[in-house]
Amino acid sequence: MTAPWTPDEMMTVAAARLLWDGCVCFVGIGLPSAAANLARQTHAPDLVLIYESGTLESRPSVLPLSIGDGELAATATSVIPLPEIFSYWLQSGRIDVGFLGAAQIDRFGNLNSTTIGDYHHPRTRLPGAGGAPEIAVHARRTFVVLKQTARTFVPKLDFCTSAGFLTGSGARATTGAPGLGPQVVITDLGVMKPAPDTEELELVSRFEGVTTDQVRSATGWDLRIAERLETVAPPTPDELRILRDLHARTRAAHARRVELPC
Amino acid sequence: MLMDLKDAIAQHVEDGQTLALEGFTHLIPFAAGHEIIRQGRRDLHLIRMTPDLIYDQMIGAGCARALTFSWGGNPGVGSLHRLRDAVEKGWPHPLELHEHSHAGLAAAYTAGASHLPFGMLRGYLGTDLAQVNPDIRSVACPYTGEAIATVPALHPDITILHAQKADRRGNVLLHGIVGAGKEAALAARKLLVTVEEVVEDLGAAPNAIILPHWVVTAISHVPWGAYPSYAQGYYERDNAFYLDWDDIARDRETFLAWLDLHVMHTGDQAAFLRSLARCAAEVP
Repeated sequence: MTAPWTPDEMMTVAAARLLWDGCVCFVGIGLPSAAANLARQTHAPDLVLIYESGTLESRPSVLPLSIGDGELAATATSVIPLPEIFSYWLQSGRIDVGFLGAAQIDRFGNLNSTTIGDYHHPRTRLPGAGGAPEIAVHARRTFVVLKQTARTFVPKLDFCTSAGFLTGSGARATTGAPGLGPQVVITDLGVMKPAPDTEELELVSRFEGVTTDQVRSATGWDLRIAERLETVAPPTPDELRILRDLHARTRAAHARRVELPC
Repeated sequence: MLMDLKDAIAQHVEDGQTLALEGFTHLIPFAAGHEIIRQGRRDLHLIRMTPDLIYDQMIGAGCARALTFSWGGNPGVGSLHRLRDAVEKGWPHPLELHEHSHAGLAAAYTAGASHLPFGMLRGYLGTDLAQVNPDIRSVACPYTGEAIATVPALHPDITILHAQKADRRGNVLLHGIVGAGKEAALAARKLLVTVEEVVEDLGAAPNAIILPHWVVTAISHVPWGAYPSYAQGYYERDNAFYLDWDDIARDRETFLAWLDLHVMHTGDQAAFLRSLARCAAEVP
């Protein structure tokens, strides 16, 4: 029997549940933005969304395609110049949660969004850093969301764009990075957290219908499994309905062409 | 001060210059970028936090020698295929990359606008970026000894912005998402601006972002000059076009045909828009 929700939906719902009401969240485009807006429309109506384009406390009714869609500015409490977002808001320690994605992650939660293959002769040139390196350092904590395959969960990054726990066992703390680093990694299979001693990611819960072997084979290293492995509660009917409505509104809005003046 | 965009580009933009066309998702000066492509400028060092479609087009058209940037994707869609082709395959020219993070590039513009030699940030910790960009260095704080990352100040030969309004004296008003536009403008040796409207009185609030006429080199009146990006209060971002771009730019021939039809064979932004509209009408 197939589940009445997709792994993507489960991943978004699981990520949304991590955000609490009133929390100040620095949001990236795509899945983080979907999760944050789902949280705002369900259990966390006073969640503060900050987008790196300079919009403080945006309340979009559809998900933005870009980080700077007009909807984000029009629904914001304030829109400020971009250098201020990074200096006065992120660097100054005013962000509770930074939400990051990546193309590759390693066992210590370090992230690559720059290149696959050698930097100077890349097999695939990815978009690059954006706000991520400083979000990874300054947000009090980061949550990472990405799909889990042996190609994304790799033993060694091709390029380290954003620091997680570096080599683990306290290495991050010695750099003076003020944020706690990646506290949760959410994938389409389950949830991982850093082990308290080594800071190596450990599978702490699986989604319903997912086996531990499935998670292991989608990981490019020998994944540690928590002693008490939990199962994430499936999406509630409300969560699913609100998420699907949000996506439907978003699809319709993005497909709507701007009428040209001629 | 107020001049035709064609003349502004012809008079001020030269081969080999360092150019910053700023505007963060919003107010991207597409019309100016297209005019630079039409006039066949070469060897440019392009600076933008987010290259976006406009630099994808300029790179694919062969205008660029180098790129300073911090995030080079089609937002929410995927790759900039022309940028990737230049970096991965050297087509149409190899592209020298000067890569930063957003916070780093913002600090570099701010330092440029402030006439400081470098910008500072608590940044780039634990990343490989400093290994591939020798411009990313550090200084010891003179008070605590803490290592602070530094980036050299940016001073574009020319910054080009799109804004909502200018008045007849040449004062420019921009609002909405302004990105690092003000910093890029004040860091540059010359500032060209395209605007939606030229008005008698800007009617701006005291804290509005105004670029006063004495820092502006030239203004061109170009309605819809940011399309397919947007100008808040005038028209929305054409997200459907950004989605379409993925297919247009994926392959060299399709891209060149698009560029030839809509940019090279149109004289200005109005003709560019008519060309796109005609094309859309022909598709059933």
